[in-house]
Amino acid sequence: MTALGLRSRRGSSRFFVYATLVAFVLGSLFPFYWSFLVASRDTGMLSDHLPPVLPGGNFWSNAGRVFDSVPFWRALGNSVIVSGTVTVTTVLFSALAGFAFAKMRFRGSNGLFAFIVVTLAVPTQLGVIPLFIMMSELGWAGHVQAVIVPNLVTAFGVFWMRQYIVDAVPYELIEAARVDGCSVFGTFVHVCLPAIRPAAAVLAMFTFMMSWNDFLWPLIVLDAGNPTVQVALEKLQSGHYVDYSLVLAGTTLATIPVLIVFLLLGRQIVAGIMQGAVKG
Amino acid sequence: MTTVAEQLPRQDSPREPAKPSLRHRLSRWDVKFSPYLYIAPFFVVFGLTGLFPLLYTGYVSLFDWEVGDDDPKFIGLANFTALLGDPQFWNAVGNTISIFLLSSVPQVIIAVLLAALLSLRLRFPAGWRVGILLPYSASLVALGIIFANLFGPRYGLVNAMLEAVGLDRVEWQANRFASHLAIATMVNWRWTGYNALIVLAAMQALPRDVYEAAVVDGAGAVRRFFSITLPMLRPTLIFVVVTSTIGGLQIFTEPKLFDAMPGSNNGGSQHQFQTLTLYLYQSAFEGFDLGYASAIAWLLFLLIVLIALVNFLITRRLATTTGPKR
Repeated sequence: MTALGLRSRRGSSRFFVYATLVAFVLGSLFPFYWSFLVASRDTGMLSDHLPPVLPGGNFWSNAGRVFDSVPFWRALGNSVIVSGTVTVTTVLFSALAGFAFAKMRFRGSNGLFAFIVVTLAVPTQLGVIPLFIMMSELGWAGHVQAVIVPNLVTAFGVFWMRQYIVDAVPYELIEAARVDGCSVFGTFVHVCLPAIRPAAAVLAMFTFMMSWNDFLWPLIVLDAGNPTVQVALEKLQSGHYVDYSLVLAGTTLATIPVLIVFLLLGRQIVAGIMQGAVKG
Repeated sequence: MTTVAEQLPRQDSPREPAKPSLRHRLSRWDVKFSPYLYIAPFFVVFGLTGLFPLLYTGYVSLFDWEVGDDDPKFIGLANFTALLGDPQFWNAVGNTISIFLLSSVPQVIIAVLLAALLSLRLRFPAGWRVGILLPYSASLVALGIIFANLFGPRYGLVNAMLEAVGLDRVEWQANRFASHLAIATMVNWRWTGYNALIVLAAMQALPRDVYEAAVVDGAGAVRRFFSITLPMLRPTLIFVVVTSTIGGLQIFTEPKLFDAMPGSNNGGSQHQFQTLTLYLYQSAFEGFDLGYASAIAWLLFLLIVLIALVNFLITRRLATTTGPKR
């Protein structure tokens, strides 16, 4: 018995189901493949009446031109620094706050947590103008800390961690650790952290991907000389209008690392989305 | 930012020893104040970089404030009155809503149907789920560039295909509706699989016995879907619709990169696909008019709240009507 109560026993309906799913997966893959296809040839191929289906051999030369056109190494470095830092701090601060909300009694905890849930729906992107003014005043505009600091911890992270810790960390263990003379922080380190590894891993993946793909705020606060990968891509496109082989070589380079991570950890990412949905 | 830690919690410990040792007191303070310390990072970061800027936007919107201006002039609501008489603003409102509708309505419907397919007994269930989620890993910038190329007016693959089957080529950038359709396609491509998984998770959590009862009562699969599945998915559908509203109305990256003029913030030669966030960005960081851009931000915020509310009500109504119309 499935959720729909359908049993596709008949061959024809089974075929239809699989055909539809195959079409969806191919449709999902196609833009990635197309990006690589164009990147591996030269732009002249786009004027052919019907494009080829197989990649050519120019990918590495086009990729090399990407590094000549924009500071791509620097962009990669910046993106790694930003996404790495933001991932570590988000997981750590979310775990601490989640632990406090899930397992500790303190005045105002319900109200404060409700406040966090409400902020999930607040489009903070709309505050970019004062944020830009603040960063300029601080002298941070153009530097990566301007991208890192606003993303140090997220409402989603706190919410996610609290939901997990409620079930994953039994009170008995905390009590036992307290009796053994652990400080509150000691119980967090010795009892809570080991129990929440799976949830922390999923949160880390999501945070890293979101941060790696973030665009509006980095575009505002960074300049072309010191970009993140996404900002560098945009500069690459605005500098070379017709040279799609070059531009799509850039998008391929920027996408491949995330795609590899995604294919390796895809199951956990799927599980993470589905867990979050049921609990949220 | 009011710190909660300033309000001392009342002591409510039932068993106090006669002479609390220093160590004991330290431990009590630890229990009392640690939670405030642990939740402080979120409230500090959100307060300073989320909430404060959002409110401060309202303040900036009351000034004639240029980038780098040391002494902005207070002009009251002049930015708002100018905005309400600005055809480019209303054009952006129309484009934003149009793209939002084209990218939300089909997306939610397809996501529910896709979730229904995924909920069947399949071989390699995990593989299919990862497969339809692939688009979620693409960055919006990469996506915008790739789709701008696919929908290119002269050499784009989509037009080549259309011509190959004997149809006319479409001016994807120049034509207003066509450009909205192309941008909505990007949004749908990236988010449909993600939302399908959320709906699927909710479907799998539905109680089985209701379905068994329906089967005994002789309800067919279609009837069961409309009379049981959809109404029970209501909270999830509301969640999906409201989140896609908050995201969809702030759409920025796709139209920015879809422009045939690279680097342009115009949203097409006639602003035919300039969205509100793109107009906000252009006003602030190309026109250097921070006051005007802040007014756009506030009106966009109101629009999001309004449409999210309307969506909430519509979704509630739709999901409660039981059964297909006869």
